[in-house]
Amino acid sequence: MRPGPGAEPFIAVTDLRHVYHPDTPQAVVALDGLSCTIRAGEYVGIVGGNGSGKSTLARHLNALLLPTAGRVLVGGLDTRDRQAVWAVRRQVGMIFQNPDNQLVASVVEEDVAFGPENLGLAPAVIRERVDEALGAVGLRHLRRAAPHLLSGGQKQRVAIAGILAMRPACLVLDEATTMLDPQGRAEVLATIADLNRREGITVILISHALDDLLDASRIIALDAGRIVLDGPPHEIFDRVEQAPGGRLDAPAVVTLARQLRQDGVPLPPGIFRIEALADALVAARGARRG
Amino acid sequence: MRSWRRGARAVAEPLLECLEVSHTYRRGTPFEATALQGVTVRIVAGQIVAIIGPTGSGKSTLIQHFNGLLRPSSGVVRVNGMDLWAAGADRRRARQQIGLVFQFPEYQLFEETVRRDVAYGPRNLGLDEVAVAERVDEALRQVGLDPHRFGERSPFTLSGGEMRRVALAGVLAMRPQALVLDEPTAGLDPRARRELLDRIEAWHRQGITIVLVTHNMDEAARLAGHVIVMHEGRVVLQGAPAEVFGREADLRAIGLDLPLAARLVRELRRRGLAVGDALTMTQARRAILTALRGRDHGV
Repeated sequence: MRPGPGAEPFIAVTDLRHVYHPDTPQAVVALDGLSCTIRAGEYVGIVGGNGSGKSTLARHLNALLLPTAGRVLVGGLDTRDRQAVWAVRRQVGMIFQNPDNQLVASVVEEDVAFGPENLGLAPAVIRERVDEALGAVGLRHLRRAAPHLLSGGQKQRVAIAGILAMRPACLVLDEATTMLDPQGRAEVLATIADLNRREGITVILISHALDDLLDASRIIALDAGRIVLDGPPHEIFDRVEQAPGGRLDAPAVVTLARQLRQDGVPLPPGIFRIEALADALVAARGARRG
Repeated sequence: MRSWRRGARAVAEPLLECLEVSHTYRRGTPFEATALQGVTVRIVAGQIVAIIGPTGSGKSTLIQHFNGLLRPSSGVVRVNGMDLWAAGADRRRARQQIGLVFQFPEYQLFEETVRRDVAYGPRNLGLDEVAVAERVDEALRQVGLDPHRFGERSPFTLSGGEMRRVALAGVLAMRPQALVLDEPTAGLDPRARRELLDRIEAWHRQGITIVLVTHNMDEAARLAGHVIVMHEGRVVLQGAPAEVFGREADLRAIGLDLPLAARLVRELRRRGLAVGDALTMTQARRAILTALRGRDHGV
């Protein structure tokens, strides 16, 4: 559900530079003059190796970090504007890798209700949002559990529910599926894709696993604080291993399809998922027999 | 036979065993939570064992029993035959023998230099400075960090992947018989992940027993010779990877899945292509080519 061309960008990053520990011997340039725009409703995957700057970029999108130089606009608001910080954070919900730092209450549903309560919503509305959010992450049955007794993956899903209950315009997930079990990860990815498709929520999913980004409409690859690739998944998947830095792998199915083509199996381009690969292999067998 | 008996054990004695181990957090309070129920596992020296299970299945609680960090509510844990909770048991020794590496171990680095951080454990063993330095150099090399280049740096100036390797070096410097790794590749990019898995295999070849807690079925299928499946605090399935991943319905029922290669095989069979078993992508490639060519040549 991408808005048509010409739509105002929801996020506009211009010449963004970020230096940690500036003016010290430990100074590290994390972002080195990065520019991009993201339109409302896009599902953008941001990939890069460890240290490529992707988490730093994520933190600029809701004003957790401020530019050393350059500018970040979110919904037209400049993140450097102190008055705008809370408006920015209300629009951009952030999910981190380590959920332990994101949980605040002693009961799961209270944790999820924390954000909506702070928005001053009516109790019935809060109740509805909490139910919906917990359902979306598959944790309704644990609503009365104590968050600190949950596993890492369950905690992460509580954190995601807490953000969903705020109904942000944009979700930024920084390696948020890293700690989930296979079905938990699949559920969260499906939930995110669904939120993007049905509710039009802008999704920015940061990962180093391109297998997490099969639902994205666009992928941006970073290396050394700069954008090195930007395009639709089918283009990026074929080029990502040659990207500067050399830290990334194509999705596993893309790699296998490429190897099978080298082995002489006639497969069409654009195969990312096992179902598509299976269909194409069955068709290839048919073609050989016929 | 419950008492700890010093002396030689039979060769078949497992390096580590948990017998009917149960663990209840906050017992006797309204927040009581049973994390383990009657878990029996044996880790034989020289194995690579994968422990898989959905979130909250008790994997992390279980491995904290392996070296006596947690005390079972009931049941027995033995390391090299020593009952860890018998009177007079030397749990310090067990902690040296079974090196436990938590998730994101880099968060536990605290010293001013890499060298001092890695030296922390060996120094606590009471070794002299020469022996400590020797172990630190060896451990840093085992994780692929040059002691001269990295030794005097602050761990906090390193990349995430390098910090994790420093944390691993701190455990390796104890010269453990077994390394128990909780999600060791979580958060690492594909190249760092591949490098770490290669290192783990190298440590295994050097004789270190490996226990890997993972959510990644592909990693479990590729590395492990024995897979333990946990669900709701119990071991529900264990065996060779081919056996365990042959039980798709059971795995799916508890929130797990097959390795990608096995899922591809399943999809192909559903579509009528008779393809052999595969647990890794390399095996899948071979099985697919065999199936396609077999058809072609009528083999």
